[in-house]
Amino acid sequence: MIYSKEVLKHFKSPHNYGKIENPDGLGVVGNMACGDEMFIYLKIKGDVIKSIKFETFGCVAAIATSSVVTDLVKGKTIKEALEVTKQDVINALGVLPPIKIHCSVLAIDALNEAIYNYYEKNGIIIPKEIEEKHKQIIKRKSCHS
Amino acid sequence: MKQKIYFDYAATTPIDSRVVKAMEPFFNKKFGNASSLHSFGNETKKVLEKNRNIIAKTINAKESEIIFTSSATESNNTALKGVAFANKGKHILVSSVEHDCVLNSAKWLKAKGYDVELLSVDKYGMVNPKEVERKIRKDTILVSVMHVNNEVGTIEPISEIGSICRKNNVYFHTDASQSFGKIPINVVDMNIDLLTASSQKIYGPKGAAILFIRNGVKIEPLLHGGGQEMNMRSSTENIPAIVGFGKATELCLAEMKKENKRLTKLRDRIIKTILKKIDNSYLNGHPKERISNNVNIRFSFIEGESILFMLDSFGVGISTASACSSPKLEPSHVLSAMGLKHEEAHGSIRISIGRMTKDKDVDYLLNVLPKAIEKIRLISPHKK
Repeated sequence: MIYSKEVLKHFKSPHNYGKIENPDGLGVVGNMACGDEMFIYLKIKGDVIKSIKFETFGCVAAIATSSVVTDLVKGKTIKEALEVTKQDVINALGVLPPIKIHCSVLAIDALNEAIYNYYEKNGIIIPKEIEEKHKQIIKRKSCHS
Repeated sequence: MKQKIYFDYAATTPIDSRVVKAMEPFFNKKFGNASSLHSFGNETKKVLEKNRNIIAKTINAKESEIIFTSSATESNNTALKGVAFANKGKHILVSSVEHDCVLNSAKWLKAKGYDVELLSVDKYGMVNPKEVERKIRKDTILVSVMHVNNEVGTIEPISEIGSICRKNNVYFHTDASQSFGKIPINVVDMNIDLLTASSQKIYGPKGAAILFIRNGVKIEPLLHGGGQEMNMRSSTENIPAIVGFGKATELCLAEMKKENKRLTKLRDRIIKTILKKIDNSYLNGHPKERISNNVNIRFSFIEGESILFMLDSFGVGISTASACSSPKLEPSHVLSAMGLKHEEAHGSIRISIGRMTKDKDVDYLLNVLPKAIEKIRLISPHKK
């Protein structure tokens, strides 16, 4: 597997890893049987992501995409965070091997799930798009699809 | 300078400098085509037969029973397809932990109408000879079980399987890529009909391998042409590689006993230290019936590819059969056949040692491995 310098940098020294106790939002996607599982924890103040952390079980790319997605949305508003795409994650890493693209999807999904969880917990009306995406994510059964 | 230490001898080995030296004249000084009638050809023809003799003797075979091929993959393809094409009967038994080149040849034959059945393994990756006996049918033409498993190092009971096959008049093929040159093989005593061995696993060059075909075994060639290798494998013989393979075989044989002892000691030190130093680590494969150069360990809560790259950043090269490292994103078929759950298989790595592995290399490995595991576990949601 040939990884870009940027991927290996994030893998060796990931940003924002760890757990947030009593998070305002928690997103969990993937599972160990599939080989990748990501947890994203959020602390929200007003509508700004004040703090974000991740924990990931998975390969180099899964760890690097988790790290990058936390960088991309930290300090942003929720609205801005939801605009981040898998392509933004890939661009931030330079390049991802084709069979690892699903890791960038997983990172974006984990973020979506954490925000969904924040909305749900606080009784905030969930925007239709987030609801739809949430349904797709939990429906997904096979690995890496 | 950063240390770089190789722990992947089961994947391939560096060429021993004594082997390189033996090969050298055959690139541009003694370069003749072994089929040519002039003195240039005679010179290499003699060398070809001398090396055939060296390798034949190593496994107690006759010279006429050894054909040189380009790779273990080619030898295994020839064994399975060649026997299938030449014999009546459609039933082939193959162990579920074979290398992909055996499994995919079998799969291909299945698609062509052959009846291929897989033999199961126990939790150590070992085939049960009794299952072979039970599964052999009147129309069984071939049983293929590897001598030593490439991932977990388990030594298969090929002597027992060989005698069962011989008793039932079924050809027995064994892929000895991971055992040839490391532990004794006797094709007569072990009732082996076909055997694959490779040069690049024993400090010889890539591009040379053999298929032993016991005299009398019915088999078709895959390559047709000038009729080299007793009509079994047309192609101009790769003399430099064959010379290297012969020399590498001689060296292995001369040093086998001593080297086995040394490697076993190193292997057991690695296993013992890891299991003691690192929580939630488990040995994959057989604790005793194991080739001297293989260590395969499973670490809970983390995934193998990330272990590999973390160790790589420390300058240590190991391997993993985790799903994430394979193009299919599926975990190792060997670990799955042994009954490991996917999440267990994902966290497994193989450390394989060899001739150039020194005590201090193992010291370094055992120093950095716990750090690498800890670093990745810190990121995992499943750490304790």
